[in-house]
Amino acid sequence: MMKFKGRVWKFGDNIDTDAIIPARYLTTSDPEALAAHCMEDADPEFVKKIRAGDIIVAGENFGCGSSREHAPIAIKAAGISCVVAKSFARIFYRNAFDIGLPIFESNDLWDKVSEGQEIEVDGDNGSIRILDGCTAPLQIQAIPPFMQELIKDGGLMKHLAKKGA
Amino acid sequence: MTITEKILCQHTDLKEVHPGMLINAKVDIALGNDITAPIAIVEFKKAGGVRVFDRDKVVLVPDHFTPNKDINSAQQCKLIRKFAQEQKITHYYEVGEAGIEHALLPEQGVVLPGDLVIGADSHTCTYGALGAFATGVGSTDLAAAMLTGEVWFRVPETMKIVFHGKMKKWVSGKDLILHIIGLIGVDGARYMAMEFTGETVCNLGMADRLTIANMVIEAGAKNGIFIPDDITKSYVQERAKRPYTLYTSDSDAVYASTIDIDVSKIEPQVAFPHIPSNVRGISKVGDVKIDQVVIGSCTNGRIEDLRVAAGILKGRKVAPYIRLIIVPATQGIYKMALKEGLIEIFIDANAVVSTPTCGACLGGHMGVLAEGERAVSTTNRNFVGRMGHTGSEVYLAGPAVAAASAVLGRIAGPEEVLGNRN
Repeated sequence: MMKFKGRVWKFGDNIDTDAIIPARYLTTSDPEALAAHCMEDADPEFVKKIRAGDIIVAGENFGCGSSREHAPIAIKAAGISCVVAKSFARIFYRNAFDIGLPIFESNDLWDKVSEGQEIEVDGDNGSIRILDGCTAPLQIQAIPPFMQELIKDGGLMKHLAKKGA
Repeated sequence: MTITEKILCQHTDLKEVHPGMLINAKVDIALGNDITAPIAIVEFKKAGGVRVFDRDKVVLVPDHFTPNKDINSAQQCKLIRKFAQEQKITHYYEVGEAGIEHALLPEQGVVLPGDLVIGADSHTCTYGALGAFATGVGSTDLAAAMLTGEVWFRVPETMKIVFHGKMKKWVSGKDLILHIIGLIGVDGARYMAMEFTGETVCNLGMADRLTIANMVIEAGAKNGIFIPDDITKSYVQERAKRPYTLYTSDSDAVYASTIDIDVSKIEPQVAFPHIPSNVRGISKVGDVKIDQVVIGSCTNGRIEDLRVAAGILKGRKVAPYIRLIIVPATQGIYKMALKEGLIEIFIDANAVVSTPTCGACLGGHMGVLAEGERAVSTTNRNFVGRMGHTGSEVYLAGPAVAAASAVLGRIAGPEEVLGNRN
């Protein structure tokens, strides 16, 4: 079961890792400390506005820039359930799965959804529903079982440790 | 196969690889710094890691917030130092022998042609200049590699960039890569390899190649690569302490796309805020007043860059109320600059010279910007808040434009300072 229901927070194209978690906060790798500054340079009020389960919807090339894993860690620890973007920067894409943050690519969602709307992302069958009663479900790539397991274990290393145990 | 495909293939048990294949490959070097290694070390231990797979192949360089800028960064460095000691890591660089990782490792012969290198730092792609496959990863991938010596990849498609023609005076590798990023955008090469070739490359020195490969990540690429030649050989011969392999692309290698660039048409480039693709030629910059100039970083902190800057600053002064911060990228470069008299030129010009550190580039320390301030910087990123306050601005350029701008207090080309002489 990999379903996420939450309110949408919209961001544009090329949201970089400096916007997701500014370098001035990288003197720690504590998830809670990082979460307090999540998306701060893109929207200083972000962490005050969100509640657990909310979803980030972004444009092209989300997470471009540095390789800091602190970026997906901050998003996950802030309580964001998943990120849906038109596309992701390569290192961020790997890092998100590696630390257990589910992410999805959708070309269509950004244009169809408004900030604050509720959506339901279904990673099992690969669909997104905008809960407005009128938009048809959007197709996305489902998360394969092995990757679901990795995410549920809390990321690659916990997954490896569990498999080795 | 392309050079990228060949190097990846050589690090697996496969006879051939092609774009799109998922492979598990052995790594020659796995690198971490004071920001990314702490997470990797904690994860390594949590996963039951006792010894790293090979103490000669795990490289740790505390370079971002060093010398320790505050208590938290001191704690992070302490964690790395302790790990390096207990694991007997061969290539751990304490602050006095260190430098910015991507300048240091080629200089010390730690990375060599044909290597497969991963680093928990996005600018790990720099080593492609040597004819290595090198790419940035996150801390978890580094942790897994420290444990197993392996990492999985999707074999990338390759974009071929062919440089023709002769570069104008004052045009450097930085201008070529900024021009390309302006052309294809910050995701123009997303997930891809960028292979640089063409007659211009034959005369391009190693410093320019390192600068170009360094910034392929700013176009979204997985790696950037140059085919090793005589220039590569003479650079690595005196540094290598182990065997290495020179690869080349086959004549029937398949490329996803090819871009031809006539470099003779390119003038010094400037990337305006707040994205590295927002590039203009120096003649189209207009009157942009500045507050600070930084010359340094893994992109442009090499001796060649400092020589260019010194050539412009010699006998001149930094404009009133402007800070010029110069950061030699390694202790070796610092020493060379001292011997060549460059440091004296900088100090006489009222520049300040820092010990090697990434600090200023990412708004960490040694040159943080206040609200409303503008910097010209030879670094690699100009995102919102990159070098300080979210209301500050960063303009990316090569060392010639940076030095000239410091003298005039606004963004300017070197010819405005020196006149149009060759």
